[in-house]
Amino acid sequence: MSETSTVAATIAKPAWPAGLTRVPYWVFQDDAIYRAEQEKIFRGPNWHYLALGVELPKPGDFRTTRVGDASVIVTRGADGEIHAFENRCAHRGALICLDKHGHRDGDFACAYHGWTYDKEGNLTGIAFKNGVKGQGGMPSSFRMEEHGPRKLRVSVLHGLIFGSFSDAAPPLADYLGAEISSRIQRVLGSREPVVLGRFTQALPNNWKLYIENVKDSYHASILHLFFTTFQLNRLSQKGAIIVDGSGGHHVSYSMIDRQAEKDAAYAQQRLRSESGYRLADPSLLEGFEEFPDGITLQILSVFPTFVLQQIQNAIAVRQIVPNAPALTDLNWTYIGFADDTPAQRLIRLKQCNLVGPAGYISMEDGCIGGFVQRGVAAAPDKESVVEMGGSKAESSDSRVTEASVRGFWKAYRACLDL
Amino acid sequence: MSRDPFRLIAKAQADYARCIDDDRLEGWPDFFAESCVYKITTAENLREGLEAGIIFANSRDMLRDRVSALREANIYERQSYRHILGQPYILSDDGALVRSETSFLVIRIVQDGDAVIYATGRYLDVYAIGNDVAKLNERIVVCDSARIDTLLAIPL
Repeated sequence: MSETSTVAATIAKPAWPAGLTRVPYWVFQDDAIYRAEQEKIFRGPNWHYLALGVELPKPGDFRTTRVGDASVIVTRGADGEIHAFENRCAHRGALICLDKHGHRDGDFACAYHGWTYDKEGNLTGIAFKNGVKGQGGMPSSFRMEEHGPRKLRVSVLHGLIFGSFSDAAPPLADYLGAEISSRIQRVLGSREPVVLGRFTQALPNNWKLYIENVKDSYHASILHLFFTTFQLNRLSQKGAIIVDGSGGHHVSYSMIDRQAEKDAAYAQQRLRSESGYRLADPSLLEGFEEFPDGITLQILSVFPTFVLQQIQNAIAVRQIVPNAPALTDLNWTYIGFADDTPAQRLIRLKQCNLVGPAGYISMEDGCIGGFVQRGVAAAPDKESVVEMGGSKAESSDSRVTEASVRGFWKAYRACLDL
Repeated sequence: MSRDPFRLIAKAQADYARCIDDDRLEGWPDFFAESCVYKITTAENLREGLEAGIIFANSRDMLRDRVSALREANIYERQSYRHILGQPYILSDDGALVRSETSFLVIRIVQDGDAVIYATGRYLDVYAIGNDVAKLNERIVVCDSARIDTLLAIPL
């Protein structure tokens, strides 16, 4: 635990090797890189998940969230539209809103000196603006409209609210591309989600080690024994990965065949998964037919830090928030849908055991990044090998590949000019 | 013998804590009735009426599965807990079922020796009292914080 926080402020950084198959470890350790990411990724030309539309049902509802280090207020304005702005008073920089969520009929007021902001983040009032009894006050040249916290561009897709600090980000639909958008649509399109629970998992590692893990379809059936034994995700089963043109977004999916014979190639690997482990209460895995396409697992990521998960009927969104080079928050929002029957809702609650901080198939992802962070502590000048499935970052019919991990680094390096 | 739910609950809970802290997890499901609810959630989720748990089980067999998964399937660093429990507070007693609330503090001890406060919160329980024993029909573990460090393997 403790040694993970020992990150050198400045590290000699050997050049990034050519190609996409090597990742130098200094990228997970260096303070200067962390700061550059804040500017070029989190405030750069990318879209970041902020909240679900259903979390802000009425005008005046708000939530606070994070885009990298930036605290952000997301609101539904009087016009019913979603707005987002930096949670930073234009006066002296204090947080404007201290609550995680709530409802406000009037303006937000900074606690420090009472400067007020409307739901769109416009500065609307300054306490004692004209002074008291003709004394003090702001100069007459001060224009309120020239001051305010930074506003984010907001775009809502299938109930997911995304925001961007940058005017250079392409429209969200273009940023995602048709293939990724359609994969979001197949889970969330034309449905009314219901939040079932929210949990935060504090990861003892750099945020990129978590997103690498999300994109890594190679590890799933090796690290996660639970997954494999119950044939939720076998490398030999029908499935594929999709990597978009930028490399930054991906989908990994599989369709299971419970009747399938145990795969011979897998048994030959003598992996831990041949334990013959069985459940005393198999109702955990009794799902219901939710998607006509027969896909029972779809993990989708949007560069840089958003994940949409469908594992059988366990649906969740995950938001990755870096706190320090070796400290990351992973925010889980478990969701169901308004038209769930009580029986379907119970199945979702049971299948939530698969995911989250105590998830049968995700628990290991909480610690594996820390194992890497500690493993590479003395090796900033060394590099990881990301060569499974070749050297390209392209869609693949095989899930025994690290193509989407390479895709992440392709998009990342483009952002950071590395 | 006179019925004394406070004593029986206090005894059951002390035993429950020892069972987990002594790494006798195989005995942990036996503190529950066969048909039971065990859920770990957060104060925030409880306040907002959000029903999902970090762990959710509605049978004792699901608890047994949790233990066998920890023993056979899941990968995590060796760790142990020290549960410090408050006194149970009896919320209601209808003669058969007793609702009680007990605060807890759990220290997690990991391999390198770090012993940190891992979770604080309260148990919201429904005990079936009978035959000089208290069995859990329901235990909702309400963590005060919404943040779980690294992972949650061993039950609370």
